Amino acid sequence: MTLPDAEQTLAALADRMRGAVAFDARFVGIYSGGAWVAERLAQMIPGEHPVGYIDVSFYRDDFHRKGLKPEVKRTELPFEVDGATIVLVDDVLYTGRSVRAAINELFDYGRPERIELAVLVDRGGRELPVEATYAGARLAVARELSVVLSRGADGRLLLSTEAVGAEQAAESPGA
Amino acid sequence: MRNPQLNADGGLTHLLTLEGLPADVIRQILDTAIPFTSIAMRDVKKVPLLRGKAVFNLFFENSTRTRTTFEIAAKRLSADVINLNIGASSTSKGETLLDTVDNLVAMNADMFVVRHAQSGAPHLIAAHLNRTGRNHVHVVNAGDGRHAHPTQGLLDLFTIRHYKRDFRNLTVAIVGDVLHSRVARSLIHGLTTVGTPEVRAIGPQTLLPTALQALGVRVFNDMREGLKGCDVIVMLRLQSERMRGALLPSAGEFFKHYGLTPDKLAMAKPDAIVMHPGPMNRGVEIDSAVADGERSVILPQVTFGIAVRMAVLSIVAGN
Repeated sequence: MTLPDAEQTLAALADRMRGAVAFDARFVGIYSGGAWVAERLAQMIPGEHPVGYIDVSFYRDDFHRKGLKPEVKRTELPFEVDGATIVLVDDVLYTGRSVRAAINELFDYGRPERIELAVLVDRGGRELPVEATYAGARLAVARELSVVLSRGADGRLLLSTEAVGAEQAAESPGA
Repeated sequence: MRNPQLNADGGLTHLLTLEGLPADVIRQILDTAIPFTSIAMRDVKKVPLLRGKAVFNLFFENSTRTRTTFEIAAKRLSADVINLNIGASSTSKGETLLDTVDNLVAMNADMFVVRHAQSGAPHLIAAHLNRTGRNHVHVVNAGDGRHAHPTQGLLDLFTIRHYKRDFRNLTVAIVGDVLHSRVARSLIHGLTTVGTPEVRAIGPQTLLPTALQALGVRVFNDMREGLKGCDVIVMLRLQSERMRGALLPSAGEFFKHYGLTPDKLAMAKPDAIVMHPGPMNRGVEIDSAVADGERSVILPQVTFGIAVRMAVLSIVAGN
């Protein structure tokens, strides 16, 4: 299948967010793809948007089936979560499980005033009642494929698809 | 025979000893501990990873620090922790170790954290669980006899890596009662596996096991000589309670030759760190001026120990 260009999709997402996102919203990227998107959005959207990062490994709902992935990153939220407006940022919205985990983790840091969700690509297939506030593109993608965001040495983002294998299912479940 | 600590996929399912544990498994534990260090600084000092799991602390030998840090680690992972007071329980009525374990498994235990005066007790429990097909129950060794104390060895490795970045080019000295020390044994295996170029053991001949050279350790009886050029100094507790016979003239005599004082510390590199697994005997193996000095990382070791034990519990629970 053909995927949209990641950079153009990012520009479309930024267009939707401009003027709609609070001036002081904190952008929290979900590792790893969401972290790249959050960093780029913080540069593209006017306002004061400090960037934080979440690794949802300790909050995932499939731990008892899949165990802990080998490289857990450190969640870093270098601002007060209590009372803040937070935009969770992810690369691909699929089942909604990562977003559920990220929201749970945020609340262990404090009570945000508001949480919004920005995603580069919404590929459908939700298993939880989660919807994006802002999406760069909406696509229908077969279950056998996973949509993967990568970042080149020059910082440019690239979307591709991969067959869902056992290894991959363990790496990015519910992405 | 397969390493009894690993499952068919090579994942850590019990932690019994650092001896023979692959370097990538050790690195995975140390790396996983890093994100756990920040949980203590949050509003809610808990993650839901082991929610609903029952962790049994089976301490057949006294310990305050290790039992407490395992309990904190399990609770910060949202597990339910049951501490068994073994001295006052069925064991004293004649029940065997494996019968005790079977009864606790019948109460739906998910994990055992075991300390025992007999070397090999945690291994015996793990082998029993594996043999009887109960692979979903995990065992973590919290110190067995003179054999191993793998989580202490791991937290020592974590502390060293935290302050020295990596293990290449490091000289690490382990000082004092190496003979009775499972901490020393675990640390030596861990340091060797992760590629530390020089590991030294310093102590009187009566307190050094004879097989140290076979592990690649350089042995010194003169402490000043042994500390020259060291990056890391690990002081061990003098385990008087385990000593039978005349291994030492007196604690005062030991301090004179092997106690870490500021002037002996000056023999090591200027940025050398001082570690101690605790509990410390001030004035026996370490001088207060050093224990409380700026090179001491003894209290950070305790804090890191919680994160390292959280990493171990969550990795074995997931395998």
